[in-house]
Amino acid sequence: MSLKGKAAAIGIGELKPLKEPGNHTALGLMGTVAAEAIADAGLEKKDIDGFLVGMPFSDPGMIYPASAAEVFGLTARMLNVVDIGGASPAGMIWRAAAAIDAGLCNAVLCIVADLNRAGDQRVPTVSVQREFEAPYGNIGANCGYAMIAHRHMFEFGTTPRQMAKVAVDQRANALKNPLATFNDKALTIDEVLSSRMIVDPLHLFEIVSPVSGGAAVIVASPEVAKRAKHPPVWLLGAGECANHATITYAPSIVESPIKPAAETAFKMAGLAPKDMDLVCPYDCYTITVIVTLEDAGFCKKGQGGRFVEEHDLTWKGDFPCNTHGGQLSFGQPGLAGGMSHVTEAIRQLMGRGGERQVKNAHLGYVNGNGGIMSEQVSLVLERRS
Amino acid sequence: MSEYFKPLPKPSPTSQPFWDAAKRHELKLQYCGRCKAYVYYPRDRCPTCFTQNLEWRPVSGRGKVYSYTVVRRASARSFGDGPYVLAIVQLDEGPRMTTNIAASPEQVRVDMPVTVHFDDVTPDRTLVKFKPA
Repeated sequence: MSLKGKAAAIGIGELKPLKEPGNHTALGLMGTVAAEAIADAGLEKKDIDGFLVGMPFSDPGMIYPASAAEVFGLTARMLNVVDIGGASPAGMIWRAAAAIDAGLCNAVLCIVADLNRAGDQRVPTVSVQREFEAPYGNIGANCGYAMIAHRHMFEFGTTPRQMAKVAVDQRANALKNPLATFNDKALTIDEVLSSRMIVDPLHLFEIVSPVSGGAAVIVASPEVAKRAKHPPVWLLGAGECANHATITYAPSIVESPIKPAAETAFKMAGLAPKDMDLVCPYDCYTITVIVTLEDAGFCKKGQGGRFVEEHDLTWKGDFPCNTHGGQLSFGQPGLAGGMSHVTEAIRQLMGRGGERQVKNAHLGYVNGNGGIMSEQVSLVLERRS
Repeated sequence: MSEYFKPLPKPSPTSQPFWDAAKRHELKLQYCGRCKAYVYYPRDRCPTCFTQNLEWRPVSGRGKVYSYTVVRRASARSFGDGPYVLAIVQLDEGPRMTTNIAASPEQVRVDMPVTVHFDDVTPDRTLVKFKPA
């Protein structure tokens, strides 16, 4: 079984994140990006026959997909919530392709949107995490990534300057992205390292900012893709893996299930990391990018710090990485933060990167990451010449 | 005794022996005789071989800091009363535990030897923390 070339992303919709949720609702934002993506694909709403949705933290509920589909007036022949944290958007892409390949549907709307309700307490909802994590203050994602960073520094000699470089290069990308939240001012390594320490060794500018927003992607069958407005971006390979929820119980805290996920994706595509023209790795924190580049095979284990130091990660550099600015500069509108890597890869491969267009971009790698390096989804995407 | 506002563990039938032991200032973990391995946190079945035959055994309470962070800005308001050291301790017996290190943040290092420290946070509940050995 392979999903290689079985479906293509043909349309995207994405909001510039809002710092304040204002009078918006999560469903309202979903509707906005859905309409934008459907129009972008050159389709009509009645063409959508599959529906994958992420549950917004700000307005959750059971039987969510049918409820949301009813609001939008969709008739879906395949519908589901995808609940693998920040990997959900990337996970939607291959699930949509699989449903299309199985003949269940022809055009799948993949959608995520959320409102930032700053100040909410992020107490775990799963019983074992309430019992064994929350009492010690292992609450929210910051702590887990900080512990990954400390261990990575201990085992491999990764430095704070190397981690900061990720935020700096990605900010340079954001300066060319009108949709990014932080796109008005370049950043230096010293500025990152002198920003407030939040969870040692991670500083404020190494941590995503929660915002409100949303994004949608239409995944279509080859037949529907023929009448798309823009060049289709084909799914060549996909892989998924998770082996823990809380980082304490991961087999290794510095080696993630990205390795099996990426290996599966590259094998399906018949390609290797070196073939990629751009990469869009999930970047909730600077250390996330370093671990991802190692585990996905762009460099050896432990060399991620040196790799980002030695390469130019900007859109005009030798290793274009998160050319939209990453979530660190784009902002994290709930699960839509994870979709920003998917939309950026699609945009670049379609040749719609604007001022930050990567030259001759035909192949792209996307990684979605959920929880504390828990759920991982790797995608290999291609624009056919 | 001042009121305690941080989240407290609610033992399940599976985990009750762990918290009962902690209250007696004993560290007890489940042991799988088939895998010859300790299990943490408490489970109904061994996460490796899936047997239900897990036996509660006392452990040494000694281990090392596998990794840690100093949380200077907490994600939960109940932890907003100042920096705290959150850590993963790897016990000499193998399992890793999420815990706190009862020490000043400057003292803590990765790989530092630690020993168990029972913190009676309320009359009913004792948390399993660690301190420099």
